[in-house]
Amino acid sequence: MDVKRRNFLKIAGLSAVAGLGASSAFTQLLKGNALASEEGAGGGETAAGHGAPEQGGHQEAETAFQYGMVIDIPKFAANKGLAEKCINACHYEHNVPDYGNPKDEIKWIWVDDYEHSFPDASQYKRNAGLNDLPVLLTCNHCANPPCVRACPTQATFKNDKGVVIMDFHRCIGCRFCMAACPYGARSFNWRNPREQYANGNYKFFKHGLNPNYPTRMRGVVEKCNFCPERLAVGKPPACVEATGDTKAMVFGNINDPNSEIAKVLNANFTIQRNSAAGTKPSVFYII
Amino acid sequence: MLEKALVGSNKYWAWIFFLLGVITIGGLFYLYQFNYGLGATGMSRDVSWGIYIAQFTFMVGVAAGGVMLVLPYYIHDFKAFGKITILGEFMAIAAVAMCIMFITADLGQPMRIMNVLLHPTPHSMLFWDMIVLNGYLFLNAICGWVILNSHNKGVHYPHWVKPFIYLSIPWAFSIHTVTAFLYCGLPGRHFWLTAILAPRFLASAFAAGPSLLVLIAMVLKRVANFDAGDKAFQKLGTIITYAALANFFFLGLEFFVAYYSRIPGHMHTLDYLFWGLDGHNNLVLPMRFSLTIGLIATTMLLFPQIKRNEGTFALSCAMLFLSLWIDKGVGMVLGGFVPNPFDRVTEYYPTVIEIGISLAVWAAGALILTILYKIAISVQAKEA
Ligand code: SF4
Ligand code: SF4
Repeated sequence: MDVKRRNFLKIAGLSAVAGLGASSAFTQLLKGNALASEEGAGGGETAAGHGAPEQGGHQEAETAFQYGMVIDIPKFAANKGLAEKCINACHYEHNVPDYGNPKDEIKWIWVDDYEHSFPDASQYKRNAGLNDLPVLLTCNHCANPPCVRACPTQATFKNDKGVVIMDFHRCIGCRFCMAACPYGARSFNWRNPREQYANGNYKFFKHGLNPNYPTRMRGVVEKCNFCPERLAVGKPPACVEATGDTKAMVFGNINDPNSEIAKVLNANFTIQRNSAAGTKPSVFYII
Repeated sequence: MLEKALVGSNKYWAWIFFLLGVITIGGLFYLYQFNYGLGATGMSRDVSWGIYIAQFTFMVGVAAGGVMLVLPYYIHDFKAFGKITILGEFMAIAAVAMCIMFITADLGQPMRIMNVLLHPTPHSMLFWDMIVLNGYLFLNAICGWVILNSHNKGVHYPHWVKPFIYLSIPWAFSIHTVTAFLYCGLPGRHFWLTAILAPRFLASAFAAGPSLLVLIAMVLKRVANFDAGDKAFQKLGTIITYAALANFFFLGLEFFVAYYSRIPGHMHTLDYLFWGLDGHNNLVLPMRFSLTIGLIATTMLLFPQIKRNEGTFALSCAMLFLSLWIDKGVGMVLGGFVPNPFDRVTEYYPTVIEIGISLAVWAAGALILTILYKIAISVQAKEA
């Protein structure tokens, strides 16, 4: 906690300085860094100072702080039901509606098989059992997010912790970000998730309503947000908490060499989804 | 000049009321969609854009197609386009208006559309698309209206419109280029990730737009006593032929790259569109049909006898237009989504609501076009 706090202050100071040197419109165009969005219902945090220092090349400047996650798939395979526990924790925490049909489906975190999670990895002569592993998928909070680049209103933006956040009040529902995301991480509210029965019960919040997180209106996009509302009060993301002490998920600042996650990344061979797309996903997988 | 749209034959009014009827029904459908949400359409998490955006893309092309008249007339002083150029400009206005309607119909929160202006975002291609489309609407409205007004008064158009006319030429190219950028700049969607998407868009636009204009001009010849002139038709025929040839050449290049390289991501969509993928083949018939009639029409247009005969010329233009509409107004957008980046196929079926709203937008476009053409033709008739 103490370390986190200190890091936070350090970053806050750094980013304030960086914010002074606003990057040119052209660099913006290339990099697609969104600006701050104050009314971020899903975020709460603002992205006041993430103007990245200008660089000569076309590589992203590494932000000092980038939250990321390591997902240890064998641990999920060993703990039957753990993945579902994570999904339920997240979907309850964020009032993610369940319509029971694929057309209206909204999901922030879900499971798929190896083949469809890593279609660009070799599927040629796979080892036995590989495709039966439960791969937990979510938004990768890319360091170089195409969704942020595409959004015409900055309703989706990267905050100063590297988290890609949605502003539900600004989103116009054009779904350009959904076309832009190479990972299918985004869902759209095709209908009103707040519909109620005559007795006042919500129709689509399977586990009841969490009063601590806003529900959405129809016509906006949503996705995993790495729980900034929990991080702000020193709690880990809901899914990470649900894994208990299995260590099936490790969360933290991947750019801080002393963080637990950096050490895990250093000690293990990890892969990422479609890294060839150049988006620099911040979610890593131990297979 | 507007009053000229208010006098017309019974047939004219019947047509107007027919269009108003279609618009009203579609408007009711839109009201339903507005209240329920976009779940009233067939779109889903995987196929997150459907026929609205596909029609939008196609109509940007039709709008850009108007430049194939403006350019020869104003730059090369091709006199035979004297009467018909204004029709090209007005067609562009109607087409851009349709684009704006299709985009609005597709928004989840249409009341917030001004957010695009309130938070201008230069790294979003949608922001630029909005600028170029509105700019093009403005340019064509200015040029078309001022020039027609001068005709009406029997004077030469004022010199200050010249720069607007010249500007509208590169601008026409820009609208379709930026529309292609909406697609071809997205990582992870191989079908669109091709540098020749913009040239492909332009080629198909320069064939489809003028084809539609030829067909409309032929109708006007019968119902409104407006003759664009044989020379204008023949020249348009030539323009259409070359644009269509370029279009199919580009398509052939896409096939070569996909199937010679055999990179799965490049082949998947073409597989889905022309052969079927994993047992999903909803678009195979329409796409093969599109390719067949497109190639036949282009071949027909290569024969001067066919082009000179009004009936066969009209037939080839109609076939080509339909072919390009299926290719771009259906296959291009759906092809990018239906086989998703994770090797899964999610089919898409537009709903009655969605089709009704789309038809209403087409009817609204036809209404704008009818009114503008009525005015233009009345002015030119007075002149003659
Ligand atoms: S995974 Fe998709 S939604 Fe998440 S940051 Fe990357 S591009 Fe954006
Ligand atoms: S749907 Fe919303 S978040 Fe996505 S690009 Fe459009 S405005 Fe931005």
